[in-house]
Amino acid sequence: MSDTRKQDIILAGVGGQGILSIAFVIDSAALKEGFHVKQAEVHGMAQRGGAVTSHLRLSEARIWSDLIPRGGADLILSVEPLEALRYLDYLKPDGRIVTSSAPFINIPDYPDQADLLRRIKVLPGSVVVDSDALAKEAGSGRAQNTVMLGAAARYLLPREETLREFVRVLFERRGEKILEANLKAFELGRQASA
Amino acid sequence: MSMEILLGDEAVGLGAVHAGLSGAYSYPGTPASEIMEYLIRIGRGASFKAAWSVNEKTAFEEALGCSYAGKRAFVSFKHVGLNVAADPFMSAALTGANGGFIVCSGDDPSMHSSQNEQDSRFYAQFALIPCFEPADHQEAYDMAREAFELSERVKLPVMIRLTTRLAHSRAGVETRPPRPENEIRTGARQCWTLLPGNARVQFKRVLDLQPELVRYASESPFTRLELQPDDRRLGIIASGLGYNYVRENLEGSGLRPSILKISVYPIPEDLVRRLVEHCDTILVAEEGYPLIERQIRGLFGIPGKILIGKMSGHLPLQGELTPETVRAALGLAPLARRTAGDLPLANRPPQLCVGCPHADTFKALKKALEGQPGATIFSDIGCYTLGYFPPHNAVDSCVCMGASVGMAHGASRAGVHPAVGVIGDSTFGHSGITALLSAATADANMVLVILDNCTVAMTGTQPSFSTGRRLLEIVRGVGVPAERLRVITPLPKFHEENVRVLREEIAHPGLSVVVAVRECLEEAKKKNKLGGAQ
Ligand code: SF4
Repeated sequence: MSDTRKQDIILAGVGGQGILSIAFVIDSAALKEGFHVKQAEVHGMAQRGGAVTSHLRLSEARIWSDLIPRGGADLILSVEPLEALRYLDYLKPDGRIVTSSAPFINIPDYPDQADLLRRIKVLPGSVVVDSDALAKEAGSGRAQNTVMLGAAARYLLPREETLREFVRVLFERRGEKILEANLKAFELGRQASA
Repeated sequence: MSMEILLGDEAVGLGAVHAGLSGAYSYPGTPASEIMEYLIRIGRGASFKAAWSVNEKTAFEEALGCSYAGKRAFVSFKHVGLNVAADPFMSAALTGANGGFIVCSGDDPSMHSSQNEQDSRFYAQFALIPCFEPADHQEAYDMAREAFELSERVKLPVMIRLTTRLAHSRAGVETRPPRPENEIRTGARQCWTLLPGNARVQFKRVLDLQPELVRYASESPFTRLELQPDDRRLGIIASGLGYNYVRENLEGSGLRPSILKISVYPIPEDLVRRLVEHCDTILVAEEGYPLIERQIRGLFGIPGKILIGKMSGHLPLQGELTPETVRAALGLAPLARRTAGDLPLANRPPQLCVGCPHADTFKALKKALEGQPGATIFSDIGCYTLGYFPPHNAVDSCVCMGASVGMAHGASRAGVHPAVGVIGDSTFGHSGITALLSAATADANMVLVILDNCTVAMTGTQPSFSTGRRLLEIVRGVGVPAERLRVITPLPKFHEENVRVLREEIAHPGLSVVVAVRECLEEAKKKNKLGGAQ
């Protein structure tokens, strides 16, 4: 085993939940800190309320594959509990899940929520955060993705400071209020995962 | 040199711009849409022209005209778009290019957003033109630049084949200083006029060029043969992303195979021969159909050698390659991983946005057709195809762009009643117009519902050529009488009225067109955002 620093992250959610914004922040922070980055995105049909994933790979060394191998992910970061479990077979045996507990129910056969959360909580190292409540507390119900980014921050390779910097870059042009709400969302998420 | 983070799509686009691009044309389609989106974005104020076209055939012809003028031209679309452009594509191989001409086709193995998985490399082979297949973002950029050089040198269109995974992933690209655009220069009319006498001469030229193209592919710096002198057990031929998955899995595996990376077609035969002679077992890892594998296998394989890949079942014939499938083909044990156990993970298919105008149209249409068991709704391609899923269960087909109109016409002739076609405004412009002309001439007993949501919604709200007033004028223009052209507004408050209109037109024994007009929510959102930024 080499001591190359690297991290493979599966981002999960539903089309429209803003997982590509999370990817942008992590990507940009990683680049700034000198890592190689590959990030597989979702476009087109799946964006219409379907299940979406993005594979995000950071490494000090050259990255070959755009996809993370099954069994290769260090972290699943999900904005939705059902979607957190959908990609479980990508996770290393000692990998971690950071997920929201707030379900996105747009299908008739959504599984029993209590059962779903129980199954996530028994996974070693799992972190479950109520992104819906925290986003509202931060002042923007739409900021659930930023809450989850904050919740994952302590487990990510780029430093929290650098992540925060790109949260700023991302939301600056959308006005002072939205920027403030998202910085607060990041902070509340960060505290909730402690 | 400078470093930029780009989508694979964007890397090709920027490579083309830095190669002195003068004209780029496209019709939206996943996974290729982001090429033109990007070219339009960076093209504001630049001297090159980047524009959407009404369909892929038109885009191809616009680019071809640009190339005939001696300028560098670029056309892009998704793989099925190449079917639409196939007619000029096949013949442009004979007329040849004047200014460099790139045809970029985005294939979609695994059908993330498509009706089929066809492999554009076969089209390049069919037309006898060179094809580049990048494995990463840097190659996507570099190959776009090189493809123009090659195109001008051999005076042929050159294909760049992308697949969804590379098109839609981001990574760093080192860029080089741009080259200026070409001056206008004339070409030879006998090349461009494919009358039989000229075409025979031109076809012979393309055939005569083939050995040179094979030599070029062998000598290209994108192609790499690494033979292991002291290990003859395994040889790998890999192309596109297949190469990456091979390299990913080899790291730390202890395997030391010989590797031929194929990045340019036609297949570099001499390199393939050298690898095959050197190794006992040959694995072919390619994205899409088994094009390389088929070509080297012949009918019965290579005596004394074991050839594995898609045709032998070591890799799946269907879907895109993955790190896991390639790992298994290499004979490596799967990585340890977690599993979800017995938990049933409900599927989450894509669906219409909440409040989408199409949902209201479908509701009215279903109501109007109630009690008519023979009714068939022939849908086309766009967001409205999602009307297939519950709770709508509203459409019965999705075949290709524009097919709904012709299918409804054909079915009505066969006795299907009511026969209803459903098509979007942009798809109608793309290839519904001619089919409607045919149906109007025959006064077919069918209803065509045109869903005018003012945009090309599914691919990200690109502009539509046939929306609003112009759409109505086109419908009238192909011969639909004014009293058989009805316009409705798909909103819940007009439900009863819309059902009544649809019922009347279904009852009419001849062709009717009902246009349902309401803006797509995404399009409206985008406009609001733009308005707010001003
Ligand atoms: S993008 Fe527009 S057309 Fe497509 S589902 Fe959403 S609202 Fe409807």
